[in-house]
Amino acid sequence: MSDIKKFMYVNRKAPYGTIYAWESLEVVLIGAAFEQDVSLAFIDDGVYQLVKGQNTKELGIKNFSPTYTALGDYDIKKIYVEKESLEARGLTVEDLMPLKWEDENEDYAEKDSIHVVPAKELAGILDDSDVLLNF
Amino acid sequence: MKLSIQINEGPYNHEASNTALNFARAALDAGHEIFRVFFYHDGVNNGTRYTTPPQDDRNIIQSWTDLAKEKELDLVVCVAAAQRRGIVDEGEQQRNGKDGNNIADGFRISGLGQLIEAGIQSDRLVVFGD
Amino acid sequence: MAILHTINKSPFDKGSLDACVRLAVKGSSVLFIEDGVYGAMKGTAKSGVVEGAKGDLSFYVLGPDLKARGIDEDKLIDGVTVVDYDGFVKLTVDNDKVQAWL
Repeated sequence: MSDIKKFMYVNRKAPYGTIYAWESLEVVLIGAAFEQDVSLAFIDDGVYQLVKGQNTKELGIKNFSPTYTALGDYDIKKIYVEKESLEARGLTVEDLMPLKWEDENEDYAEKDSIHVVPAKELAGILDDSDVLLNF
Repeated sequence: MKLSIQINEGPYNHEASNTALNFARAALDAGHEIFRVFFYHDGVNNGTRYTTPPQDDRNIIQSWTDLAKEKELDLVVCVAAAQRRGIVDEGEQQRNGKDGNNIADGFRISGLGQLIEAGIQSDRLVVFGD
Repeated sequence: MAILHTINKSPFDKGSLDACVRLAVKGSSVLFIEDGVYGAMKGTAKSGVVEGAKGDLSFYVLGPDLKARGIDEDKLIDGVTVVDYDGFVKLTVDNDKVQAWL
């Protein structure tokens, strides 16, 4: 049995214009079963994937944004959003879906999964990962 | 070292598959092991045997097939991405009621777990894409 | 724990070079491949990004991709090292993991 590795899923593309956002999420969901140490990073246009209020009805494309809110159920709680990428796009954390997870060590208290971090800090987090997946 | 490769794009639109092929050859020549090559997104289009590229240019799919045979590589095409894009083996043909299949020699269709496993089991995962 | 960063897009096409330099820890290596090799050229509007980061990061460029695009090595920013595919493999092995800025 291998040691647990730190998997980092890097997302840098906007949703719907290409399929990368959705298909990368599919990897995350399958990967959750492998009990590794999972983090997600949203950088550049990737931050747009987390914007709330997505409505794809008139496009006829499946709205997959609800899947992000389910990540907490898969014990995925380290979702890093780069502060500089948000600010460059005129966004704040208030524009994003409020992703949560339940901490079973604290009576299932609901906590935020999204951590807005400056580039310097995210650089360290990326550097600390073992496997970096990009889409 | 054990290296794994992830290829996100098809054989010709992007340079990704070509770069990955050259990288894989160099890695094998240097004595490393390629644990798995995993084709995701449009990368699954590297797995069709029905291409007829011009004679005076590279035949990427044949090159992957030949390298896989020569070096016993594990070339895996993601099943979910393949279903979306129409890359079919006999099993998928029967399961999904298709009138044929098109998987290239040396490739097999399997789940995303194979990519995660490659990340876990390999020393390095190298991604080629757009 | 050093990362080998690969950049495969022109800095005039995508923000991958900018993002990489912003998010690479000092001591990391950066390899330009495919259309990314244009980021290694001197005298462009984006040369300053590499010039400014040279002190902290080691820059490399894939020779076969340079030659394909008709870029002579004397057009490269000082301090960028040309490697071939064997060198790409060596960089992969010598660093701990690879981050592909697509």
